[in-house]
Amino acid sequence: MAANVSVVLPQILADVAGGRTEFSLTGVDSVRAVLDSLAGPYPILARRLRDETGRLRRYVNVYVDGEDVRRREGLDTAVADGQEVIVIQSVAGG
Amino acid sequence: METPAYLLAIGTKKGLWLATSTDRRSWNVSQPHFLMQEIPSIGIDTRGNRTRLLVGVRSEHFGPTVVHSDDLGSSWNEPDRASIAFDEGDGAAVERIWQILPDVPDRPGVVWAGAQPISVWKSTDSGESFELNRGLWEHPDKSEWGAGYGGAAAHSIVPDPRDPGLVHIAMSTGGVYRSRDGGANWERASKGISAYFLPDPEPEIGQCVHKIAADADGRLYAQNHRGVFRSDNQGEQWVSIAEGLPADFGFVMLTHPRRSGTAWVIPLVSDYERIAPGGHLAVHRTDDAGETWRAFDGGLPAVDFNTVLRDAACVDASDPVGVYFGTRGGTVFASSDEGESFVEVATGLPDVLCVRAAVLDGGLTPRGAAAEAERTTAG
Repeated sequence: MAANVSVVLPQILADVAGGRTEFSLTGVDSVRAVLDSLAGPYPILARRLRDETGRLRRYVNVYVDGEDVRRREGLDTAVADGQEVIVIQSVAGG
Repeated sequence: METPAYLLAIGTKKGLWLATSTDRRSWNVSQPHFLMQEIPSIGIDTRGNRTRLLVGVRSEHFGPTVVHSDDLGSSWNEPDRASIAFDEGDGAAVERIWQILPDVPDRPGVVWAGAQPISVWKSTDSGESFELNRGLWEHPDKSEWGAGYGGAAAHSIVPDPRDPGLVHIAMSTGGVYRSRDGGANWERASKGISAYFLPDPEPEIGQCVHKIAADADGRLYAQNHRGVFRSDNQGEQWVSIAEGLPADFGFVMLTHPRRSGTAWVIPLVSDYERIAPGGHLAVHRTDDAGETWRAFDGGLPAVDFNTVLRDAACVDASDPVGVYFGTRGGTVFASSDEGESFVEVATGLPDVLCVRAAVLDGGLTPRGAAAEAERTTAG
C-alpha cells in the first residue's frame, strides 16, 4: 500500500543528492520503491547505495523506523505512512 | 612556447594527489582529491588537444566509479550512467577498477580498463562509457581463474601499437591471454611462466602474473609471483630473465616507450618476505632484454621496508625517460635519468596504489595553473 515516508541520507552523500539529505516521498510501498524513487533524479546516488545487480551495497545500511532492513525483508521491507527511512554507512574501512 | 610540464598523478588508499614539475626534480604536490577514497587506477590521456585525467575511485562503503577531469583536477565529472558496469543479466557487480589505459594516438578515443571481477572493458568515447569485453567474460577458462590476495582482476592490458587486432592481458590468477582479433577471442599465452604454488608448476593457465609490459619491438616482459620472464613471440613461449636479479618476486614491470630491450623491475625478496632485499629499495634495469641487470638506488633511502605495488610505478614519454614509483609507506620517488637516480616527490601519503605520469607539452593550462597556484607546495 502506497505510503508517505521521510528519508534521511548521510551528509557524505549530499553532493550526489542535489545537496540534500532529507526527502519526503509519496506513493512508495517498500524500501526498494524508496530507493527507486530517488534513483530517477539522482542516478549517481542510486549506484552509491546499490550495485548493478540491484543489491544493497555491503556497507550501506537502511533502517525503517530504526530497524535494519537486513533483519527484515531486505529491499522488500514494507514501509508505512509516516515512517522514517534512514540510510547510514556501516562501520568499515581502515 | 610554454615550458613543458610534467604531471604525476598519485593514487593512494585514501585519495589522489597531483604533482607537477617543470624539471622532474622539484615538485609541487596538490591537496588531496577524493580524500578517504581509494584510487586504484589512473589513466592520463594526452591525445588530442587536451589532457584528460581518468581516475578509478572506490569507496569502501559506496562502491567503485570512474571520474574524469579535463582541467588537471580543478573539476571532476562523473557520468550519470556508470562508465563501467555490468548489465543486469550478467549477475555481477564491478568491485574495483584496476587499470585505465588510453590506447595509442592513432586510435583516438579508445581507452581500455581492467576490473575486478576479472573483466576487460573498452571505451571508444575517451572513457565516458565502457563496453564489457564479452569474449573474455564468457571465456571457457573462466571457472579456473582465481583470486590473488588483492582480488581477482584483469590488471594488465597491452594493446599492440602496430597491429590493432593484437592485445595481451594478464590477470591474477589466470595468467596471460592474447587476442589477435581486437578482443573478440582470447587464447592462453602463459607457456613457460611458472606457478610453483600449483601441483603442476608449469601449467597452461592459473599463473599469478603480477604485471606485463611490452617494449618498443613488441617483446613482452612479465613480473610473476616468483619469476621474471620475457616472450619474443607474443606470449607463445616465455623464458626466464631473472638471472642477475637479487630476487625474482615483485609486482612492478615497466618498459621503455621507445628503446627496445629496456625494462625496469623493483624486486622483493619473496612472497613470504615482501620487502626489498635487505630492507633497501633499488630499481633494477636491463638494457638488453633481460640478459643482464643493473641496480640503481641513487637518492633512495638507506632503509625502506615498504612494498611497491604493481601499478605504483610508471614511466613517462620524455627523453630521457622518467621513472616513478611509490611505496605502501606513502613515499613517492621520481627519476629524470631513466631510473638511475631519484628525488623524493612526496612522503607521508597513504599507501600508494598507482602512479601515472605524463608530459604536458603545452605546460600547465591556464585553468590548471591557476588551480595549481592555490595548492600547497609539499614536494
